Amino acid sequence: MTDILIVEDEQAILESLEFILTRCGWSVDVARDGEAALEAALRIRPRMLLLDIMLPKRGGLDVLKTLRSNEATASTLVVILTARGQQYDRQAAMDLKADGFITKPYANGDVVNAVRRILESQPSPAAHA
Amino acid sequence: MLSPDFVILTAVGYVGLLFLLAYLSDARAKSGNAGFLSSPVVYTLSISVYCTSWTFYGAVGTAARNGLEFAAIYMGPTLVFVGWWFLLRKLIRIAHSQHITSIADFLSSRFGKSSRLAVLVTLIAVVSITPYIALQLKAITTSIQTVSVAKGDGTDHLATLDEVTLALGVAIGMAVFTILFGTRNVDAREQHPGVVAAIAFEAVVKLLALVAVGVFVVFGVSGGISDIYARAVEAGVRIHENEPFGSRWVAVMFLSACAVICLPRQFQITVVENSNEDHLRTAAWAFPSYMLVMSVFTMPIALYGLSTMPAGSNPDMFVLTLPMVTGHDALALFVFIGGFSSATSMIIVASIALSIMVSNHIVVPLALRAVPLGEESGERNIARLLLRSRRISIAGMLLLGFLYFWLTQDSDALAPIGLISFAGVAQILPAMLAALYWRRATMKGALAGISAGFIVWAWTLFLPSFASFSPTMAELVADGPWGVGVLRPEALFGMADMDPLVHSVFWSVLANVSTLLCVSVATSQNALERIQASLFVDVFRRSPSFQPRIIRGSASTSELFFVAERVLGWGRARALFDSAGVPHRQAAPQHGVSADFIARLERELAGSIGSASAHILLTKAVAGDTISLEEMMQIADETQQAIEYSHALELKSQELHSTAQQLKEANALLQDLHRQKDDFLSQVSHELRTPMTSIRSFAEILMVPEDLTLEQRVRFIGTIHNESVRLTRLLDEILDLSALEHGERGWENVPVDAEEVLDQAIAVCEALAKKRFVLIESGTRAGSCFVLADTGRLSQVFINIIANAISHNDSEKPVVHVVSRFMADSYVVEISDNGPGIPPQYHNKIFEKFVRAEPDTMSDSQGLGLGLNISHKIIDKLNGRLELTRGALPGACFRIVLPVCQEAGPTAIAEKA
Repeated sequence: MTDILIVEDEQAILESLEFILTRCGWSVDVARDGEAALEAALRIRPRMLLLDIMLPKRGGLDVLKTLRSNEATASTLVVILTARGQQYDRQAAMDLKADGFITKPYANGDVVNAVRRILESQPSPAAHA
Repeated sequence: MLSPDFVILTAVGYVGLLFLLAYLSDARAKSGNAGFLSSPVVYTLSISVYCTSWTFYGAVGTAARNGLEFAAIYMGPTLVFVGWWFLLRKLIRIAHSQHITSIADFLSSRFGKSSRLAVLVTLIAVVSITPYIALQLKAITTSIQTVSVAKGDGTDHLATLDEVTLALGVAIGMAVFTILFGTRNVDAREQHPGVVAAIAFEAVVKLLALVAVGVFVVFGVSGGISDIYARAVEAGVRIHENEPFGSRWVAVMFLSACAVICLPRQFQITVVENSNEDHLRTAAWAFPSYMLVMSVFTMPIALYGLSTMPAGSNPDMFVLTLPMVTGHDALALFVFIGGFSSATSMIIVASIALSIMVSNHIVVPLALRAVPLGEESGERNIARLLLRSRRISIAGMLLLGFLYFWLTQDSDALAPIGLISFAGVAQILPAMLAALYWRRATMKGALAGISAGFIVWAWTLFLPSFASFSPTMAELVADGPWGVGVLRPEALFGMADMDPLVHSVFWSVLANVSTLLCVSVATSQNALERIQASLFVDVFRRSPSFQPRIIRGSASTSELFFVAERVLGWGRARALFDSAGVPHRQAAPQHGVSADFIARLERELAGSIGSASAHILLTKAVAGDTISLEEMMQIADETQQAIEYSHALELKSQELHSTAQQLKEANALLQDLHRQKDDFLSQVSHELRTPMTSIRSFAEILMVPEDLTLEQRVRFIGTIHNESVRLTRLLDEILDLSALEHGERGWENVPVDAEEVLDQAIAVCEALAKKRFVLIESGTRAGSCFVLADTGRLSQVFINIIANAISHNDSEKPVVHVVSRFMADSYVVEISDNGPGIPPQYHNKIFEKFVRAEPDTMSDSQGLGLGLNISHKIIDKLNGRLELTRGALPGACFRIVLPVCQEAGPTAIAEKA
């Protein structure tokens, strides 16, 4: 069971996030563009997506909207990661029921804390089962 | 053969018909049911009062004597109506707004309501028109004699009359007829719809008559135009002997153009009797067409007459004699009526116009001066005085015409007499033009100019016309006064070889215009002149209702009504007062009336007695209350200032409008730029945050080095390094772009060998290529080629494109291919690769900022999306083109096209060699 799917097109950021989150004990998978992210979200059913907004092929907000409209993925946790810190991006993300919003550049601890808090706010599907 | 009695009775009967027509038309107009009478057709036909018996009979005579000269008489009016209709429109507009009654009134009103000017113009008109009326009498007399032949058995009472008696009879008949016709009404207003209707009817009759005789000659008795010419040549008529288009032709054309504006009867019909300004539109083409039809048969009739009639017959009478010799008496009688129509219409209108001028400008002012206003007596009623003086003037005019006829009866030709008249009235034209268009023209200037021109005219043209009967005059013409040859009437200052008409027109117009200009410049206008000048010259720039109030109103209404009643008659005066809401029998003198009403009353009075007399009359009536000179000056200045101010305002508001438009555009541009800047900043911020994120993240990871393997540490530090380099490059590119957009200092275009620069760029990129295992191959090359460029910038473009081709190439055997060549004065470089190429959706925006065509998977090599934008800007500045194209290899292909530097090239190459 994959805990987190990291969706990020910048190789260096992807690598650092993968390192940090794996070190904390979560299982992690990666996608490098919007379409790959949607495909992976359906296929591997991660508990959470760390989703960049500026992505090739399909933007992050578009991916979020599609996830929310599909029953299978509607309740998947989504944390938006973006280098565009504008208010309207944050507002758009909240409107689409994103569960968190982190602005680049960030402190590694902030990402880990946010991910942990949000994962713990919702009981794991395993517990339900 | 027609008997004289029959001919004369026919003429009298025709006059009776005209009278009936005028009477009925007047009645219809009075009942407010003018209908067809006030149509543009009637207006146009009435203008053709221009075509008198001179044109009816005399055109053929002129054609027989002087060839095409007769056409000039038609050309002048045609030019005026087709080309100068705006002048006529202005005349009509002014005349309507000022209630102008005649041409003398027009000039007098314009030049400060001057009585002196009115008198002068009236006198000139009378003197000039006298020969013209004589001409009509002569035409009627001669035509009666021509068309009728006495039976000799004593039954024809009129056959025994000689020419002079006959002319006297005609003059008396015409005087009675015109008096009945034109001064029938007690109401002496300025318009005569009945007369206009009769004139229009006569216009139709004379046109039909002339066309009838033309058709008769051309198609009836001869075999068409070509036959007539053939006969004329056979008969030895010298058709082409006279060169028509000389100075005389121009002079005649000029005079006829003046005449159609300045002849009192033309002014009366075209301007005063005009009921609707728009009718001029129709007349502008219809009147010239009328004249064209009138003149079309002139030349064939003249030629046919010359070649078939016995030598010595009068060519002026060809239109009558040609039908007669073939026995077509009915046609001859019709033609006679046509000629009679043209003569009577001229006499009627001319004598009405002149009688109005004489009574308004000479008789009424004299009467006003002589009679104290206060005396109320039926005998001194001004309206009656007006009618009486008009009747007497009409009789006087015809008497003068007869006298002139009597004195000059030995001259046969009709045309010269007419031209003498034309040259006389032409003296009014300069003052008229100045009145319409030159604000600074003064009354003294107009007076002096007209006088000078008139004196020269009288000396050089009018007096010599008496030479045929007066030996004294003949002597004067031959030797000059007291033997002074320089002043000889027909050779002033030794100009002896000119045609007398051209000579007179030249000197009189020269004297007239130069005097008008000099005196106007040397003298100044009084306040009233300035007001009137501005009213006339700027008539199109103010509302029709605008009238300055010159006489201040504190006269009692009863005094004013008394004045109005005496001029207008009780009925009209009362109607005027009622419509303005002014009580007309106000006993209390302290009740003043408004200045507006006084101004209106003055205009109404001017419509009956002319502006100068009306002004004098009212000034007298409100004596002591006229505005002071200072106030008048102020009004004049205010009027002038108001016009200038409103003009300035108009300009200003146009200016403001265009400024607002410009500001709007500038604002839109600024907003657009602002948005672009915001977008750019947002993009830059994103591009900066991305490398910062990984640098910060890896730096934090490395802060706790114990958890990491050595390999991981080396790898993470390498990433931090690469991202720092990327960050630096990004900053450099942003600064570079900013420099390019704001115009860089130190950019110098010099002739450089582009091939050399390209070689250096390839060399620089070799290191990167080796690292990525990419092969850079040079294909066909242009050899040395000079372009105007900054070496550093050109090199930057080459390096950017080659480096892009290297780093985006993920093929197994990566190749970058460089070729260059000349093509039509251009240097072309193509750089292609066998990489993935640029997806079609990016083709249009690949040169925009921050556009990258693929996901960034190789962060050590990636551009930041500014490189191509910068390159594009640089090539733009070099007047070249950078474009994406299709190359030999499957990947992307960029083409750079630069203009070859023509001048520097060969020398530079030579130096190198």
